[in-house]
Amino acid sequence: MTTVVVTGLGATTPLGGDVASTWEAALAGRSGIRILENDWAEKYGLEVRIAGQIAVRPEEVLTRPETKRMDPSAQLAIVATREAWADAGSPEVDPERLGVAVSSGIGGVWTLLDSWDTLREKGASRVLPMTVPMLMPNSPSAYVELEMGARAGAHAPVSACASGAEAIATAYTMIQLGRADVVVAGGTEAATHPICLAAFDAMRALSRRNDDPAGASRPYDVTRDGFVMGEGSSVLILESEEHAKARGAKIYARLSGVGMTSDAHHIAAPEPNGAEQSRAMRLALESAGLAITDVVHINPHATSTVVGDMIEARAIRGLLGSHADNVLLSATKSMTGHLLGGAGAVEALFTVKALHHRKAPPTINVTQPDPELEVDLVRDVPRDLPAGDGVALSNSFGFGGHNVALAFTNA
Amino acid sequence: MALSEKEVLAGLAEIVAEETGLDAAEVTGPKSFTDDLDIDSLSMMTIVTLAEEKFSVRIPDEDVKNLVTVADAVAYMTKAQS
Repeated sequence: MTTVVVTGLGATTPLGGDVASTWEAALAGRSGIRILENDWAEKYGLEVRIAGQIAVRPEEVLTRPETKRMDPSAQLAIVATREAWADAGSPEVDPERLGVAVSSGIGGVWTLLDSWDTLREKGASRVLPMTVPMLMPNSPSAYVELEMGARAGAHAPVSACASGAEAIATAYTMIQLGRADVVVAGGTEAATHPICLAAFDAMRALSRRNDDPAGASRPYDVTRDGFVMGEGSSVLILESEEHAKARGAKIYARLSGVGMTSDAHHIAAPEPNGAEQSRAMRLALESAGLAITDVVHINPHATSTVVGDMIEARAIRGLLGSHADNVLLSATKSMTGHLLGGAGAVEALFTVKALHHRKAPPTINVTQPDPELEVDLVRDVPRDLPAGDGVALSNSFGFGGHNVALAFTNA
Repeated sequence: MALSEKEVLAGLAEIVAEETGLDAAEVTGPKSFTDDLDIDSLSMMTIVTLAEEKFSVRIPDEDVKNLVTVADAVAYMTKAQS
């Protein structure tokens, strides 16, 4: 079996414009949620007035032609990719052995709707020729492929809020099957658009705690009232251990296993017993040849919705049994908000950092934990992971019943 | 009020610079869009669409292929305004 390792990390999130600032803010328990910097609430009657807006806007770091040719979702992915690649040491890789798996859950929604405005206001002749390449959901993956000159295949598996995690799982499989030695893998989302806020709010999925933006995302708290939409991207450089060692690369962690299942239950609601969520975690461990008792840390999906959080918590307890008491749980969406297709990648980043630094970041805003919660939640301040080898799971679930669990182990 | 060739060149150079990242000063009359400015067909169509709006002209597809140099485009758009 080919061992897959993580050799580079990149990110741009509501907490910071790179990995260092994002991780520092997470350890400090800072919230990236703010009041929307626009007039959408008044203009459209939006009930939701808060979001995890990107800390460093991509136009501050990209050139003008780059921002004109890419949807914001691709722009964020390119920012994260450049950081991750530099962090990996910008290795020389045979293009035919270099792959890409970068996903977005929503796609180029800004491009699509800006073009629709142009069509209605100015007519079809004013719709720009770059509209399709910018709005297609594989656009971030394709731009990363172009940026890297990658020829081993560029993929963009789409599974709503599990997309970023599924991209990382895809990259793992590419390396396992020998299709690539190095894969640029991650997720991105730039869907803080009024239509997305209105549409998620129509499902009553979003928090309306507008008077307390920093306190709005509160996974597992009894007063949680929905998720807070976030935007951003994270990219990991995955590599076969053999390739990484041959070039003397720094290794953050191993991606030792992945588990993917589907609920076959409902188009949006998770299956109430969390059976397939639990099985995804179990498959991730089994594929890595690891035992339940090896798990030391979980970054759960935990979005701060009334129903979803406890289904996952029960799935974790159901799988781990009493060992759940020994596992540190960090619900980092309490700080970043929910980055939809970017979430799985940002949380994979946090999981890798937690293993690497032996430190589990905090969950903020939990003042009254749900009485049914039977896990060891890291609250307000980071806690040290136990010394020695251990497994850290990162869970991501998407509308449609997509369940992805990634099992990282320390290098 | 129709713009002069000089004004059209300045406006076109601005569009090309935005699209390609080139310095507007590099967008001069004798330059070929493809050979000198390295503009692909998709970018050329973007430039044409933006120029149509900026100069209130219509450039049929069959005429676009005749716009080889910047000077060709400037002459065409200056004339088309009237």
